[in-house]
Amino acid sequence: MSKVKIKQSILARLIPRLTSLTKKGPSGWMAILGIIILSALVIMTVIAPWIRPHDPIKTGVGPIRAPPSSQFPMGTNHLGQDMLSRILCGGSIMLQISTLSVLVCFLIGVPLGLFSSYVGGIFDRACSLVIDAIYAFPGLVIAIAIAAMLGPGVVNMALSIAVVYIPSYFRIVRSQVLSIKELTYVEAARASGAKWHTIVFRYIFPNVIPSIVVVATINFADAVLTAAGLTFIGLGVTKDVPDWGWDLTDGRALLSSGTWWVITFPGIMIILLALGFTLIEEGLSELLNPKLQR
Amino acid sequence: MPLLKIGSLTVDYRTSRGTIRAVEDVSFSLEKGETLGLVGESGSGKSTLGLSVIRLVPYPGVIVKGHVKIDGKDIVRLPEHELRFIRGRKVAYIFQDPMTSLNPIKKISAHFAELIRTHEPNVKEAKALERAKTVLKDLGIRPERINDYPHQFSGGMRQRIMIGLATALNPDLVIADEPTTALDVIVQAKILDLLESLRNAYGMALILISHDLSIILERCDRVIILYAGHMFEHASSTELHRNPRHPYTQGLLQSIPNIELADQKLAAIPGSPPNMLNLPRGCRFWPRCSYVMKICRTKEPPLIDIGHNHFVRCFKYSRGRAKS
Repeated sequence: MSKVKIKQSILARLIPRLTSLTKKGPSGWMAILGIIILSALVIMTVIAPWIRPHDPIKTGVGPIRAPPSSQFPMGTNHLGQDMLSRILCGGSIMLQISTLSVLVCFLIGVPLGLFSSYVGGIFDRACSLVIDAIYAFPGLVIAIAIAAMLGPGVVNMALSIAVVYIPSYFRIVRSQVLSIKELTYVEAARASGAKWHTIVFRYIFPNVIPSIVVVATINFADAVLTAAGLTFIGLGVTKDVPDWGWDLTDGRALLSSGTWWVITFPGIMIILLALGFTLIEEGLSELLNPKLQR
Repeated sequence: MPLLKIGSLTVDYRTSRGTIRAVEDVSFSLEKGETLGLVGESGSGKSTLGLSVIRLVPYPGVIVKGHVKIDGKDIVRLPEHELRFIRGRKVAYIFQDPMTSLNPIKKISAHFAELIRTHEPNVKEAKALERAKTVLKDLGIRPERINDYPHQFSGGMRQRIMIGLATALNPDLVIADEPTTALDVIVQAKILDLLESLRNAYGMALILISHDLSIILERCDRVIILYAGHMFEHASSTELHRNPRHPYTQGLLQSIPNIELADQKLAAIPGSPPNMLNLPRGCRFWPRCSYVMKICRTKEPPLIDIGHNHFVRCFKYSRGRAKS
């Protein structure tokens, strides 16, 4: 099969799925709106290098602190950089960090929670103790401490954010598994001779997925905000990469001189990104529950 | 060789407040195609006994003594991976609550496909579903509904599906643990009729667990009365009905409502079952027994053979036998 054909078949399967979401009432619409916002931001970030009017890190492409005009639709900052170009390119870091941190959280938190509560006993006690110890700290404080320890960079930021959210995954998965494994259908599966991995992966895990997806999307939205926060206090990426977090920092300092546009536009972008994830979460949490299907 | 042979089975629950002996020294055997009823109040150990047969006594329960032989194989000493070939394939279990016995996120088709293909890996998915559809038809459920989710069925239908799952692999023994308790009376009779017709059609043995002695007497060949983990009486249904010997059994029979005696107050056994952590000395039933003797308060009665395959655990009969 040629590449084009593969693409077509994926699209052919995806589009009816998306349109079927519209038939499922408000939660379907919420999910669609979230998907639209999110894919718009992703597409924007991907094609930014070709559509940006100026080099986002080149200083002095225009006058300093120029208000939005037809030449600079989002104005310029205190270094004379074009804000529109910076907004178009600045999402890349945010998306990378949030994706990477969610992935790390997911891969560590979910299996840990699943096996911890399925196995039980001392293993479960030990895991819960460590996780609760992490949970006891305020999230941002841990993220700051770890980020400061690891130094700047995308991977390091993602890791420090991941540590904050692993406990949420662990605890949600663990408590769900604790109640699910006592249900009769798990016992019935055991009584009908199912293997232990069948029970864990086909009876328990799928019943936890809806909650995990919800946590993951909240985690995405939060990771975006935490990443912005880390960059804001100077623990993010280096300043030669355009990033909404940095623009927030610069914009705050400039706000006192009446330059509102430097902080407003990156702020809106971060809100949009978090909103996109949250809408998807709200929609999915209802759609993924087969009991609520009509 | 009997299909199932249980010998002096003893099951403990090791709780933090002490050890509870839920089943003590229970022995019986079951032939192919036979129906056995286990009757007892809540906490009498009937479910624990049923679950012991497939070694699924829930934590912290442990089988401490005795054997459970299925086709001569002692499952108490079998390694876990061999147990899988017994569970579902030779012995199927039907649980009390049909509302939670099915995986809520899987279609009925997936339940059948997985069960069949766990035990017969070479069967293709399509073939397994074909078989599942015939099973559903036998149960009086439209085969198209195989693609529905559990929540789209009523309680009675779900219990029929559970029975279908239990019998799909044609097991030698089906254990039905209060299969009708969660259902209304009309559905109850239908479910029991269904179990009986399947038993007749496939010749499987059936252990029916219930607290309702009237159902058991009507449907079973033999009956075991359990009280606080002890076998109190063991006889054929007709014998037990005509000639109940244990005071507890007599009490149970008297407390079955009878329409011809509608003007009389229903007899009930006074008191309640003992606390399993703090059993009375001697016979476990003496505080509620109207025939209590001196010896009952100090010594535990043995299970006595009174002839005609009728066993009773009561001192009333040990004396009589000693005299004669």
